[in-house]
Amino acid sequence: MTSLTIAKALTAGLRKAMENDPKVLLMGEDIGKLGGVFRVTEGLQKDFGEERVIDTPLAEAGIVGTAIGLALRGYRPVVEIQFDGFVYPAFDHIVSQVAKMRARSLGYVTLPMVIRIPFGGGIGAVEHHSESNEAYFAHTAGLRVVTVSNPQDAYWGIQQAIETDDPVIFYEPKRRYWDKGEVDESGSTRGLFEAAVLQEGTDCTLVAYGPMVKTCLQAAQAADDEGKSLEVVDLRSISPLDLDTLVASVEKTGRMVVVHEASTNVGLGAEIAAAVTQRAFYSLEAPVMRVGGYNLPYPPSRLEEEFLPDLDRVLDTVDRALAF
Amino acid sequence: MSDPATVTADRPADITAPTPAVGDGGPDMVQLLTPEGERVTNAAAADYAQYVEDLTDDELRGLYRDLILIRRVDTEATALQRQGELGIWASLLGQEAAQVGSGRALKKQDYAFPTYREHGVAWCRGVDPLNLLGLFRGVNHGGWDPNEKNFHLYTIVIGAQTLHATGYAMGVQRDGAVGTGDADRDAAVIAYFGDGATSQGDVSESFVFAAVNNAPIVFFCQNNQWAISEPNDRQTRIPLYQRARGFGFPGVRVDGNDVLAVYAVTKHALEEARSGQGPFLVEAWTYRMGAHTTSDDPTKYRVSAEVEVWKLRDPIERLKAYLAHEGKADRDFLDEVDREADELAAHVREGCLTMQDPTAESMFDHIYVEEHPLVEEERREFAAYQASFAGEEVPA
Repeated sequence: MTSLTIAKALTAGLRKAMENDPKVLLMGEDIGKLGGVFRVTEGLQKDFGEERVIDTPLAEAGIVGTAIGLALRGYRPVVEIQFDGFVYPAFDHIVSQVAKMRARSLGYVTLPMVIRIPFGGGIGAVEHHSESNEAYFAHTAGLRVVTVSNPQDAYWGIQQAIETDDPVIFYEPKRRYWDKGEVDESGSTRGLFEAAVLQEGTDCTLVAYGPMVKTCLQAAQAADDEGKSLEVVDLRSISPLDLDTLVASVEKTGRMVVVHEASTNVGLGAEIAAAVTQRAFYSLEAPVMRVGGYNLPYPPSRLEEEFLPDLDRVLDTVDRALAF
Repeated sequence: MSDPATVTADRPADITAPTPAVGDGGPDMVQLLTPEGERVTNAAAADYAQYVEDLTDDELRGLYRDLILIRRVDTEATALQRQGELGIWASLLGQEAAQVGSGRALKKQDYAFPTYREHGVAWCRGVDPLNLLGLFRGVNHGGWDPNEKNFHLYTIVIGAQTLHATGYAMGVQRDGAVGTGDADRDAAVIAYFGDGATSQGDVSESFVFAAVNNAPIVFFCQNNQWAISEPNDRQTRIPLYQRARGFGFPGVRVDGNDVLAVYAVTKHALEEARSGQGPFLVEAWTYRMGAHTTSDDPTKYRVSAEVEVWKLRDPIERLKAYLAHEGKADRDFLDEVDREADELAAHVREGCLTMQDPTAESMFDHIYVEEHPLVEEERREFAAYQASFAGEEVPA
């Protein structure tokens, strides 16, 4: 066991993947000498060379578009998008090409590529640096969308994503990059597309992913002090959803609150509420509730504490769910 | 809006002069055969003539055959659309030489990234023309294995394939298949696109990525003068081949209706790419003789006199005249090619009419490599829903 931050666990995972498979390439802006603005690729260009850790021109459509070509040639590109809000120039390639290539080729072509996106707010950044745009990609058939909340999942998750033959959008919780935790580099871990029950409880299920997992664990701790028993599920995979785990949880607790930084309107919470309600209607004591960012453009950073869900808003919503 | 003439009054005309709307290609255009089929002997031609000198008579006749056959396929596909058998068709009429000339310059190990109009290139790569029809009939999005013929799927998003091609070329570099001197190993990539696509950011980005990586790629722009209804002067103020210089690699305009010149220039460009000298832009000066697609009506935006001018530059007539004049093709050969064209057309027609619709369940196939619970759930639901009608009479 090693104690690593999420960022360094990702670095270690990327390193391992590059050692295991010479076809794995990293591409992105400033990922070489600088090691990326979050230093996730630090040291990798030095060890694997400029041919495998590619400092690209500053053009996101170009990065993803050329990554498609490299994947067509048999490589496994891992693309870094510097910040969530800068993925949009590449949106066309992700949605129209990456997601559809296998289906439109009748299965002749696969695109095993990973698009890493640091996402979410809470770091006091200027605009376009704090977004949670996972729903756009979860909405798109042909993509897989995952996120991690802890160093252990970061280390294994990035390797599993790279080994996946389907394209994977890999969301990294940027405000948690520096959170430390134990990483077991020897063993294996759970499947990339499985949810994990991080804390068992009986009164209400909290469902979260990425940066909100920590918030929910803290909320559960606070609730416990008040005598309420909350179950915390780390969704981990956003597409596909591990509905079996969610349904099993709600069948036990009877209540569910979904928490994410993204705006709630047409978000993951809406999809989860619909899917869980359909499958576990008679187990529910209350409607599935949502806590998320307000349905606004991400505000200036002085207001982000109010915009983003926090422990109190989560507990407030739990109280409303319990009041039904 | 201010008058552009006023705004640019003090600027040198060599910077601001607009590209001629529809001209003869200008003095920089490489041409080896005049529209009358005579060999050109000017300086530009001298630079490239070497690339056609070793073409055998059989190969020259082969180019003619390619032009005739692919035009016949195109005519048949247009007819099939008119008869309701295809939803739409994008005709290559007028662009046969640009496609065949460049397609025949490719080696087996080279890789081509087409738009949706590269039927002539597909032919050169050995893709059965029937396979092209699936997309236009609506039975699939592309019915061939791209890696079998080194011919990627048609790309409909304008310009997107130029980036895929550039990335592929970066992969060729990483495979050590550039500049080794091994003629069977060194490979290049060719990216097809049109004049309209040059306005897309993707095309400019592909030029940037190709240049900074010195990627082995030929950017092949068929300037057919029209992006649906918009002429060149809505896309550019300088000749397109000159854009390459701004990105740091050579650009050459070639007579796109002269199959020999296209072959020669493309061969040169590909050889440079394979040998490690980096990207190259070829602008093939040609004309879309037909509509953008069968859904388009060009009489709304261009005059027939322009089309008449281009009819005189027909790519097939000039090669035919050249072969006849040089005594390389006799009547028997020409008749044989026509007979072969009719056979191919019959194959396309028969194949189109008997093309099976895919099963409804097949739409759930190939979305993911690895099993995906949502797709599988909906597949089961759909099957159950379909089965619920078993035994019911289907209304006529």
